[in-house]
Amino acid sequence: MKSLINLSIAILLLCAGLYFVADQLEASGGKGSKDTITIYNWGDYIDPDLLKQFTEETGIKVIYETFDSNEAMLTKIQQGGTTYDIAIPSEYTIEMMIEEDLLHPIDHSKIPNLQYIDPYYLDLPFDPKNKYSIPYFWGTVGIVFNPNLIPDHITFESWNDLWDPSLKRKVFLVDGAREVMGMGLNSIGESLNAKDEKLLRQVTDKLVTLSPNIKGIIGDEIIPLMINNEAAVALTWSGSAADMMSENEELDYAVPQEGSNLWFDNFVIPKTAKNIDGAHAFINFMLDPEVAAQNAEYVGYSTPNKAALDIMDPEIVNDERFYPPEEIKDRLEVYENLGLEWLGKYNEYFLEFKMSIR
Amino acid sequence: MRDRVAKGPLIPYLLWIAFFVIAPIALIVYYSMLDLNGNFTLENYKRFFSPVYIQMTLTSFFYAVIITFFTLLISYPMAFILTKTKHKYLWLMFIIIPSWINLLLKTYAFIGIFGLYGPINAVVSVFGIESQQILFTDFSFIFVSVYIFIPFMIIPIFNSLDKLNPTLVDAARDLGASPFTTFRRVIWPLTIEGVKSGIQVTFIPALSLFMITRLIAGNQVITLGTAIEQQFLVAQNWGMGSTIAVFLVLIMLVSMLFTGRKAKGGRV
Repeated sequence: MKSLINLSIAILLLCAGLYFVADQLEASGGKGSKDTITIYNWGDYIDPDLLKQFTEETGIKVIYETFDSNEAMLTKIQQGGTTYDIAIPSEYTIEMMIEEDLLHPIDHSKIPNLQYIDPYYLDLPFDPKNKYSIPYFWGTVGIVFNPNLIPDHITFESWNDLWDPSLKRKVFLVDGAREVMGMGLNSIGESLNAKDEKLLRQVTDKLVTLSPNIKGIIGDEIIPLMINNEAAVALTWSGSAADMMSENEELDYAVPQEGSNLWFDNFVIPKTAKNIDGAHAFINFMLDPEVAAQNAEYVGYSTPNKAALDIMDPEIVNDERFYPPEEIKDRLEVYENLGLEWLGKYNEYFLEFKMSIR
Repeated sequence: MRDRVAKGPLIPYLLWIAFFVIAPIALIVYYSMLDLNGNFTLENYKRFFSPVYIQMTLTSFFYAVIITFFTLLISYPMAFILTKTKHKYLWLMFIIIPSWINLLLKTYAFIGIFGLYGPINAVVSVFGIESQQILFTDFSFIFVSVYIFIPFMIIPIFNSLDKLNPTLVDAARDLGASPFTTFRRVIWPLTIEGVKSGIQVTFIPALSLFMITRLIAGNQVITLGTAIEQQFLVAQNWGMGSTIAVFLVLIMLVSMLFTGRKAKGGRV
């Protein structure tokens, strides 16, 4: 009988222990003190040497954690208990975080280096007057392709080139509802933020006719697979494209004429931050032209820092595929926060498209 | 007095069941009746019966049956041969060791092996055959899944074959039964329980496979597991995710009923 009681107690203790661990896990992330800052960023999205340089210059230690999706980051910050001083979400997530009152306003007087940012990237609809966020990187969604593996007449000036019968089973798509549905909407000349069931229906029907050309709908594996020429064509973000092209020189990148997505990742300071001054110091440090230039060359995405462009390798800066001129940029659209209901609908239609691939 | 003796030992077991089986399932059922704003609704169930989800359930089921069938087809003879070898436990261990390696690592290895420029296509091209598309096909999906499940299927079958009294087989042969009849009337009925356990540990996880569907099948195969992952992580619709999970649990219960242990004896 005694061992039975012990066993029962053990189970109850286990439950309490699990609850405690879950609580700790949610609260982990960040120590929160004056001489450290905690940064929450995408994986491989900063030059690690710069973190060391920042600590040398300011004496502030950096704790660095990474996430792999806006949604995962948002969930963790929403739960509370975290003390991240800096996070780097994308624009539609920033909009959501502002709505939910999760962000600390940014004091522009503490960030003198803001003057180096191209005004084109400031005061955007998702965060008017940059009250809560400061630009970090930007990029586009487009098509990476290997010209040697496809017929000459396919140039990807139009999204509709993806539907060409010569591309049978040669196309990878990135596994994202907004990217793929957005591509479909763009291909019929509509906005990639459309909230119209009829349009989404029409786009899904059109996407279904693309299915013979699809080789796979995958995530980050797309980078090594394209480097190995496993497929000829891939729909992906400009930064992944830059990664692929630095390893496989045959590849090229194009943003079709009908328009595409223009995205931004910005610095924000969550409400729960403990070292507000340190966070400002870090943002200011990262906007320094030399630092921004070094970071942009390491990461491969496009920097919004005008002064940094002047000191970067001209070959990178003049590459119109990654730094498109303004008339092309004007055709690009920024994702709006659709709200969970419409995000759900985009996902349902995307699922229907995925089901059609055989 | 007799009652207390009978019920006492049950308490830890009941606690365990309550906290780790009943409570999680109750939570799933509860969440499945909430919409995006946390209000009570049956909309999720209605949506599950739309053509997209019904088709997905059927394909999941279909692939799980195929995977289980091929796993059994390979595992039964393999387990049979193993029991006849000299160092049978050593051989069994060699087959089980790969299951200690992380599933994702094995899956990534297959991406390399099956690639257009991978070793299989290199061998094929020696014979002058053009490179074949192996990755992102039904074949690669089923092959990798079967490979992953074989150790789980072999263990219960091996155990039941190992326990089989060899004198029964000898008796059948002495009484004039052909090898096939011996197998059909003696060996198979006596090892059916092992086969059933093997089917359970293969079929049920096969229904909810999810990473492999993206890495090996490139999302050309969508299982219920993939849909649950998407609903929770991307659409952030916990209600719909839970609803799919409820149906997954129901399908599992049904498959348990079919493969469950029946009363001993019966037809021989």
